[in-house]
Amino acid sequence: MVKYLGKRIFYIILTLFIVSTITFFLMKFMPGTPLTNQAKLTPSQIHQIYKQYGLDKPVWQQYLVYLAGVVHGNFGVSFQFSNQAVSYLIGSRMGPSLIIGGQGMIVGVLLGLVLGSLGAVKANTWIDTTSTIVSILLVSIPSFVLAVLLQYYLGLKLRWFPIADWGGFIYTVLPTMALAASPLAETARFMRTEMVDVLSSDYIELAKAKGLGKVGIIYHHALRNSLIPIITIIGPLTVNIMTGSMVVENIFSVPGIGEQFVKSVLTNDYPTIMGLTIVYCAMLCVVLLITDILYGLIDPRIRLSGQSN
Amino acid sequence: MADNAKPISTGDFKPVTAADRSHLDSEKISAPSLTFLQDSWRRLRKNKAAMIALIVLIILFILAFGSGFFETHNPNATNPNLANLPPKIPGIDINGFNGTIMQSGTRVNAYAQAHAGNAYYLLGTDYLGRDLFSRILYGTRISLEIALIASFFDLAFGVVYGIVSGWMGGRVDTIMQRIIEIMLSIPNLVVMVLLILVLKPGMSAIIYSIAITSWINMARLVRAQTLELKNQEFILAARALGESSLKISFKHLLPNLSSVIIINLMFTIPTAIFFEAFLSYIGIGISAPQASLGTLINDGQKNFQFLPYQMWYPAIVLSVLMIAFNILGDGLRDSFDPKSRE
Amino acid sequence: MENNQNVLEVRNLKINFNTYAGTVKAIRDVSFDLRKGETLAIVGESGSGKTVTTRSIMGLNSPNAVIAGGSIMFKNQDLLKKSRKQMDAIRGNNIAEIFQDPMTSLDPTMKIGKQIAEPLIIHKGMKREKAYAQALEMMKLVGIENAEQRINNYPHQFSGGMRQRIVIAIALVNYPEILIADEPTTALDVTIQAQILDLMKELQTKTNTSIIFITHDLGVVAGMADRVAVMYAGKIVEYGTVDEIFYNPKHPYTWGLLNSMPTMDTSGTELPSIPGTPPDLLDPPKGDAFAARNKYALEIDTKQQPPFFKVSDTHYAATWLLDPRAPKMTPPEQIIERQKHYAKLTHEAIDEHKDKHVEEQEEQL
Ligand SMILES: Nc1ncnc2c1ncn2[C@@H]1O[C@H](COP(=O)(O)OP(=O)(O)O)[C@@H](O)[C@H]1O
Ligand SMILES: [Mg+2]
Repeated sequence: MVKYLGKRIFYIILTLFIVSTITFFLMKFMPGTPLTNQAKLTPSQIHQIYKQYGLDKPVWQQYLVYLAGVVHGNFGVSFQFSNQAVSYLIGSRMGPSLIIGGQGMIVGVLLGLVLGSLGAVKANTWIDTTSTIVSILLVSIPSFVLAVLLQYYLGLKLRWFPIADWGGFIYTVLPTMALAASPLAETARFMRTEMVDVLSSDYIELAKAKGLGKVGIIYHHALRNSLIPIITIIGPLTVNIMTGSMVVENIFSVPGIGEQFVKSVLTNDYPTIMGLTIVYCAMLCVVLLITDILYGLIDPRIRLSGQSN
Repeated sequence: MADNAKPISTGDFKPVTAADRSHLDSEKISAPSLTFLQDSWRRLRKNKAAMIALIVLIILFILAFGSGFFETHNPNATNPNLANLPPKIPGIDINGFNGTIMQSGTRVNAYAQAHAGNAYYLLGTDYLGRDLFSRILYGTRISLEIALIASFFDLAFGVVYGIVSGWMGGRVDTIMQRIIEIMLSIPNLVVMVLLILVLKPGMSAIIYSIAITSWINMARLVRAQTLELKNQEFILAARALGESSLKISFKHLLPNLSSVIIINLMFTIPTAIFFEAFLSYIGIGISAPQASLGTLINDGQKNFQFLPYQMWYPAIVLSVLMIAFNILGDGLRDSFDPKSRE
Repeated sequence: MENNQNVLEVRNLKINFNTYAGTVKAIRDVSFDLRKGETLAIVGESGSGKTVTTRSIMGLNSPNAVIAGGSIMFKNQDLLKKSRKQMDAIRGNNIAEIFQDPMTSLDPTMKIGKQIAEPLIIHKGMKREKAYAQALEMMKLVGIENAEQRINNYPHQFSGGMRQRIVIAIALVNYPEILIADEPTTALDVTIQAQILDLMKELQTKTNTSIIFITHDLGVVAGMADRVAVMYAGKIVEYGTVDEIFYNPKHPYTWGLLNSMPTMDTSGTELPSIPGTPPDLLDPPKGDAFAARNKYALEIDTKQQPPFFKVSDTHYAATWLLDPRAPKMTPPEQIIERQKHYAKLTHEAIDEHKDKHVEEQEEQL
């Protein structure tokens, strides 16, 4: 287990190193500098600013400085907000993103599990059809369309929730709903397939032969066996939430990293883009690691093969 | 026993000749055996939702690629005098399609107000007076082009990558899998955005960014299936006969991979369409004045409260496109899956 | 002694399946009895309807199955008329089943102790502790070593043979009157097969359970069964005691099955399998379903289904060859050998039978 963990962490570090390197050199090819947005400056002022950003050194030196910074969680200074450290910018915006992202994930996965298992247990009935239609709709309608519709109808028309801004819990409801749609639909689809599979397996047949009733079969055998593989889609769902948050945060003016990412992209704020790229990758790697470990802890088959290795 | 009603004669007890017996046997071949693809197609045809989705997609394809015939106006021609006109379909007098609009509590004829004369716009005009119908058709074409391009890369790159990785095994496989793992730990959208920034926003940047991200799932699934097929007898036999790897791939592997490939393709396509719309929506995709469903939705959203049709129509078309591809994908998966056979 | 000893009576069972291509007539008028403490083997090629027959007894046929007629009497009640709830109370309690593939028939995420204890908790309403204690006994009975430790293991920690022992423990934990074993050794290695068969025989003598033993392999029947029913295309074509079927078979299909079975005498020579394939059950033939593959087919076979002809009190076969009007046919050489052997055997058997009777009576005393 310790060996496995060590190996995984090594690969995460390798991945982050590669990602940092690629983003660094990509950004070096970019047009635009911190000066793009500023009016005419004297050569000495330009030199001053270049020095401030470390742009006067040769590229390989800049690269080493950047890497050393990344190791210490220092991603340089933002071009857009010239006196803010990127790491501070990201840190201050992390909270709202984690809140709506986490809520969206939890709400989506839980409702998806319910919807998916209902569909499987009542396969080929109207309940199944409804569950399928709901998940197809939610997986197909783009998050930005859904967000605008939620904002207009539940916010502006019905006035149930604030249309934008950031404050207490009530401000998180609409963004959470918009973000929950994708994990809800994906989980429901996955769960339904998984459970239909399990319900037609030999061990469910044996459970029936034991005389276990329908409820007992679902509760004691089918649910656990179909729930375990759900862990494997948490990683991809996290990616969906990250993607969705970029527009959802924008539409609802949530001061999170998703909104910041889009803003930085539109203003060519390279240090922030680079920092956020690395942070996104790091978060995803951690989620993937946790889900893998969780899967190993929960599934007895993997748990044991892990021990014997 | 009703059968016993017939009297039995002693003549009935003479042996049947071998020739007659084979005749007996051949009579019984009633259901013609179908090939796997024919069988799947038959099952797909029975799936109503999938067939409707297929028809919808065919119609959208024809409309979008034949848009020269259907476009009532040049999609990029601006006409500030005729800006923000509501939909007007000649001969239909239903509010919402007759060129009228609510203005401070009363319904007015917007076309008359703008002195539009005989002009009509099926789905109205945008804030620059461009014909929304033509722009939606154009945007749909962009989406479908993206779909085709993503499919191409899925096939050309993903399938080959998967087969090579699974077939070679060993060290090559390990390295190729590591690369995929690294790709998987970067959110696709982040990769796309970085590439687009380097290449400058536009159609070609979107194509490259979709090319570089869309093949990964295909490669993984094809690899898994190849690993499974590799040790099956017919492949082992072909190898023992000394057939080249390339020949085996085309003759034996690809036909057996076809269902995995087709199903996965059907899920790559809506993802690609989504990403194009998404990038265009946030403003780094298809650049103005060209239309994309994403930019149209972004434009329409600004006026959603007063001119809701400007966002509704592109949003509906985009959603219908996604829904149709997803339903067709589901239908294909069910029809290819032998387990779902009754 | 005969009739009131029947624990199960299947009469004129007809099962159809509705499919997109039409109605599959999977079971076409099957009748048989199962007696107390005996092992009845049902033999036939795959697709002949063995599994559907057992599923009907368990009430576990797939949803597209239609009971087109017949009855399955158990304790004077027709199982086909029972509700799902009523069947739940019988399954795993009075009638239990062992499935073909032990690798897939155990829940991979549940400890085997719980899986064995489950039928006790369901049917006997036992508390956890007591059920586990009994499950432990059962594990020892089916020959699992270190049962105290292994009770907390998961299925994947056992070999195929061990898993099948666990499945047997699950089936027998409530001491059912009837045990249905649907090809219980087909998925196992030959050496393991023999162990499992021995175990089943041993447990049968201990528990006095009646067994319906399904197999497509006549080879395993000899040492296992008391009586044999041969099935083809949804019908029973011949049944009798194990000796009658093995050494005095009357149906050409049974001949074919026996000829394709390896024995001491045939080792080395090539085994002929029955040429051709079973008929399409969507549209079964009017006459004898086996006619098209039958070297000995008569004209009448193509027109009318043969009734059962009596060979002895215990032995019946449905073939027109047994009709007095039928021409004399010479069975395959091997079958003649068998019949010669049978003639010798019957003399010995009469003596043996007497001995057996004495033994049985002693046991009961
Ligand atoms: N659910 C079903 N739907 C349609 N046909 C079925 C179904 N189950 C079994 N059959 C058909 O019934 C026949 C008997 O099958 P089965 O009892 O499984 O054979 P066996 O166990 O002797 O190998 C086969 O022709 C099979 O195709
Ligand atoms: Mg069977």
